[in-house]
Amino acid sequence: MTDILLSPQGPAVAKAPSNSIFRHARYVIAENPITGIAFGLFILIALCALIGPYIVPHDPLASDTSAALAAPSLKHWFGTDQLGRDIFSRVIVATRLDFTIAITSVVLVFAMGGFAGIAAGFFGGWTDRIVGRISDTIMAFPLFVLAMGIVAALGNTVTNIVLATAIINFPLYVRVARAEANVRRDAGFVQAARLSGNGDFRILLMHILPNIMPIMMVQISLTMGYAILNAAGLSFIGLGVRPPTPEWGIMVAEGAGNIISGEWWIALFPGAALMIAVFCFNLLGDGLRDLVDPQRRT
Amino acid sequence: MLALISKRMMLVIPNLIGVVIITFLLTRALPGDPAAYFAGPAADKQAIEQIRVKLGLDKPLIVQFGSYVADLGHLNLGTSLTTGQPVLTELKNRLPASAELTLFGLILSMAIAVPLGILAAVKQGSWIDHTCRVVATAGVSLPVFFTGLLLVYVFYFLLGWSPAPLGRLDVFFSPPPQITGFYLIDSLLNRDLATFRAALSQLLLPGLTLCVFSLAPIARMTRASMLAVLASDFVRTARASGLDSRTVILTYAFRNAMLPVVTTLGMVFSFLLGANVLVEKVFAWPGIGSYAVEALISSDFAPVQGFVLTMAILYVVLNLIIDVLYGVIDPRVRLEA
Amino acid sequence: MAKKPSKTETLLRNSDKSLPLLDVRDLTVEFATRRGVVRAVQHINISVAKGESLAIVGESGSGKSVTSYAVMRILDRAGRIADGTVMFSGVDLRAVPENEMRELRGREMSMIFQSPRLALNPIRKIGRQIEDVLLQHAQVDSAQASEKAIEMLEHVRIARPRERYHAYPFELSGGMCQRVVIALALACKPQLLIADEPTTGLDVTTQKAVMDLTVDLTRKRDMSMILITHDLGLAAAYCDRVVVMEKGHVVETAQAETIFKAPSHRYTRKLMRATPRPGVTLRDLLPEEETKGARPIGRTNGHAAMPLLVVEKLVKEYPRNDAGGSFKKLFGPKPTVKPDNFRAVDGISFTVGRGESVGLVGESGCGKSTTSTMVMRLIDKTSGTIMFDGQDIGEIPARKFATLPLRKRIQMVFQDPTDSLNPRFTAARAIADPILRLGNGERVFVRERCEELARQVGLPVELLDRFPHQLSGGQKARVGIARAIALKPDLIILDEPTAALDVSVQAVVLNLLQDLKDSLGMSYLFVSHDLNVVRLLCDRVIVMQTGQIVEQGPTEQVLVAPQAAYTRDLLTAIPHPPV
Repeated sequence: MTDILLSPQGPAVAKAPSNSIFRHARYVIAENPITGIAFGLFILIALCALIGPYIVPHDPLASDTSAALAAPSLKHWFGTDQLGRDIFSRVIVATRLDFTIAITSVVLVFAMGGFAGIAAGFFGGWTDRIVGRISDTIMAFPLFVLAMGIVAALGNTVTNIVLATAIINFPLYVRVARAEANVRRDAGFVQAARLSGNGDFRILLMHILPNIMPIMMVQISLTMGYAILNAAGLSFIGLGVRPPTPEWGIMVAEGAGNIISGEWWIALFPGAALMIAVFCFNLLGDGLRDLVDPQRRT
Repeated sequence: MLALISKRMMLVIPNLIGVVIITFLLTRALPGDPAAYFAGPAADKQAIEQIRVKLGLDKPLIVQFGSYVADLGHLNLGTSLTTGQPVLTELKNRLPASAELTLFGLILSMAIAVPLGILAAVKQGSWIDHTCRVVATAGVSLPVFFTGLLLVYVFYFLLGWSPAPLGRLDVFFSPPPQITGFYLIDSLLNRDLATFRAALSQLLLPGLTLCVFSLAPIARMTRASMLAVLASDFVRTARASGLDSRTVILTYAFRNAMLPVVTTLGMVFSFLLGANVLVEKVFAWPGIGSYAVEALISSDFAPVQGFVLTMAILYVVLNLIIDVLYGVIDPRVRLEA
Repeated sequence: MAKKPSKTETLLRNSDKSLPLLDVRDLTVEFATRRGVVRAVQHINISVAKGESLAIVGESGSGKSVTSYAVMRILDRAGRIADGTVMFSGVDLRAVPENEMRELRGREMSMIFQSPRLALNPIRKIGRQIEDVLLQHAQVDSAQASEKAIEMLEHVRIARPRERYHAYPFELSGGMCQRVVIALALACKPQLLIADEPTTGLDVTTQKAVMDLTVDLTRKRDMSMILITHDLGLAAAYCDRVVVMEKGHVVETAQAETIFKAPSHRYTRKLMRATPRPGVTLRDLLPEEETKGARPIGRTNGHAAMPLLVVEKLVKEYPRNDAGGSFKKLFGPKPTVKPDNFRAVDGISFTVGRGESVGLVGESGCGKSTTSTMVMRLIDKTSGTIMFDGQDIGEIPARKFATLPLRKRIQMVFQDPTDSLNPRFTAARAIADPILRLGNGERVFVRERCEELARQVGLPVELLDRFPHQLSGGQKARVGIARAIALKPDLIILDEPTAALDVSVQAVVLNLLQDLKDSLGMSYLFVSHDLNVVRLLCDRVIVMQTGQIVEQGPTEQVLVAPQAAYTRDLLTAIPHPPV
């Protein structure tokens, strides 16, 4: 009484595929080269964040007004800024701060918005209504202005910037998580889980949450990029991190004025680093989704 | 249709109340003392206290909130401490500038992103698809103010194609007589082509900045939506019935695919309203965004409150329009509601 | 509107009427998949004469749909015709350029699919959709297009066609949508109609109406028809000739009566045997080789002892959509009449004895699924009692029931094996879930228990570490069954457990279910719309219609000599092959 595996359109395949995650990771990267590049870049950025401060040639905070506004040269690969600080070192060291901002914002908003969303989508009723109200109220503000307001009111520290970013992205996560949970609420396997003795919270954690992870992965990668851009925008207005902390956004903001006078390198290099990082995170999204989704395994 | 609109309004009121309360609290939490600011640098402690009482800032928060709400009822949004002008007047004067810019950016963005998304979906997997994806992603990978600065640098400094980023009109032109407040429309209504061209050339760079910023979400959503629709059963039926490609893609697929895109537009508009603030700063645009930012930095809360409230109402109106639009496209919403 | 006829049109007009309308020779279709090139169809020969109706019968993976897609040249991008010829009225369809092929589609040959509501553009009026096809093929002037569309709606027997012209698909029932799809397909009077599983998912009475209509229209217009189906009975009842396909090959072609009375190929015989029909037992469904070792089936007569499940006057009401939210009540006008509730289940009473298998049948919307969900304690009742083994389980709220020890005594096998397995759980983890949650804490031996269960349901142990999308339909069904019996429940509710399975797999699974019931001493409540299956598996039958029980009694009595008119209607609607 054994039937053999039938592929959707063709002859039988009897060999059992290996379901290990490493093999799957190799497969995902091989299928889409862009994903491979994004993964590689991500590792590079993470490395910079980890060991950057230890390997830079100059002290990022050391100012040397005699060498101020020097164009890129062998001594200063990215040139120096208005206070004579080495831009290359500052860019590399800033990686850690920006990376931290990206990761912590995402973890925070996922914890808040993701859970609120799946609870709202799964339970419906009052949970849905309350979460919906909060979400709508936040969305009624022009989001960046809300972030400005929060940071202005609470003070411009990194913690507050992260908090503001998490709050303004909350409605988006709620919406995506809620829609996904809603679809799965009446799915067969959820009912089967109830029959197997799983209580509601168990179902949310073990059955629904893992299944929405692929879609959330895309969202998460986009938010990582957005968090850094948001911090940059706040810095431009003067509500970002405080100088002299090296952070890409504030370096671009400080260098913006110098573009007109021709010292393009002050804003361009941090701007380029920022762009590469955000670009990498954006492209990573699809790859992460494929990695996490078991249905993509052959 | 009327039922739909009134139902929406009912839902919106609690949101607006929430917005008003939160704004009030946030502005009160701002650092800086408006009384000290108002009194001036030379004032001593007593004078500042007197001013504080005069401004009503010594009363408990609840009372302050009460008088604020009462003022709102009379459409009195207070007076700006920094400019001395009533907030309502300033907002009224500056709103058309921001609205024109945002709408221009949005329309430009849609004109590029939607066809791009359709093309990417129809030619899925081809180099066109990948290029679209990369280009759109690149647009959102830069901070919006940086994009603006870059555009200024390239098109004004290097190429000299654009006028100086100094506001809505070059100094040599005067604004057309105000009918809508939109310079483009007003100058056309007045048959003043020279002013029209001048206003347009000033609008191009900031509009382009906003456009680049919002390309990605619209293009991505259009592409995803088109892909889903092109794979659907009714498109298969249309093909099997022998309908030609144009009919299948435009009449059958596109109209269905637009539904999620219309919903995304609401979100994109909200982003743009926020990004507006930065763009106005870069291009010295006399809009409500720059007004609010200056006020925020100076801890001048009346303009900030007025600005946020205006934005929230604008957003509500916008969502209403989107819902109505959705109802026009999708009869299921219209008839089942 | 009059354009110069294309080369293809000229060829068609001058074709030899004595040749078969469609002549497929040596057709091979390949797909480029992740695992390399897959041949879905290999070297098949099929021909359809003018005015003839042909059925292509096969299980999933047989290539029957792919063949028709290849003929219409609407294969998706990964597919291509690798070899062979497709001659339509003397024209080689493989050689026709795409723009001329587009003219042929809809005008000379058309196709109708499954899921009729999904096959129509949801935001376009149905009348306009018919017009689009008419105008595309230049059958009418734009001035007369709507009149012609209304005429088509009349032909497919849609009442009040002039009004319905303005309707949208979501406003019509499934059966009406299928009629509209037929109208679309026949609007330009094609010579050939291909119907790809047009009645799957429709109720048996609607199925009969749709098939009768289709056959009637095609016969009237002297059209040829190809009916693609997995249901041999349907094929033999409505078509002249039958082609049987297996794994991309044609195994037998014969007249309908011959296929039924004297099938020659081994596979056709296997399909014939596996089709549930009156006059056979469960064991007869299995292939000849496998019946030898099987035990005979005994029927239970319902013990005198207290029944396991007693349901009395069970009611489930849902508020209608209008009975809306609080705001409307506060600000809206006061309604003059209290909005009615919708009664999905309207006061039914029945019992299930120990070791008994009871069938619950009815068409969609009759309330059988709602009833079974309530007995399962997944949703709460509105009123009535549900007694299980003497305990009133109806009073316990559904939310609380999940964690009670009683939970493991009532389990369920679901209809859709794909939907009922968590895509992120391996088969072993899915089977283990009830053991981990409700078992007695023998965590150490969970894996052994899973393997034991797998053996019991005939699932190869190596497949336990696979994910659902790596398993076939039959294997997934077995995983679902293993999970249901893991804790040795007293009562299992089976909600159309074999509806999504191929007929040969169904035969095996039905036998498995019977054997498990006997060996583990369980009772079954078998919910189904398929009377033939119920006849084989159940001791007693309950027939439901619009929330009420129309008839109940021993299977032989109800299905052979029904008292109620509705039961008689259901029985007549089942396609009768020529006997």
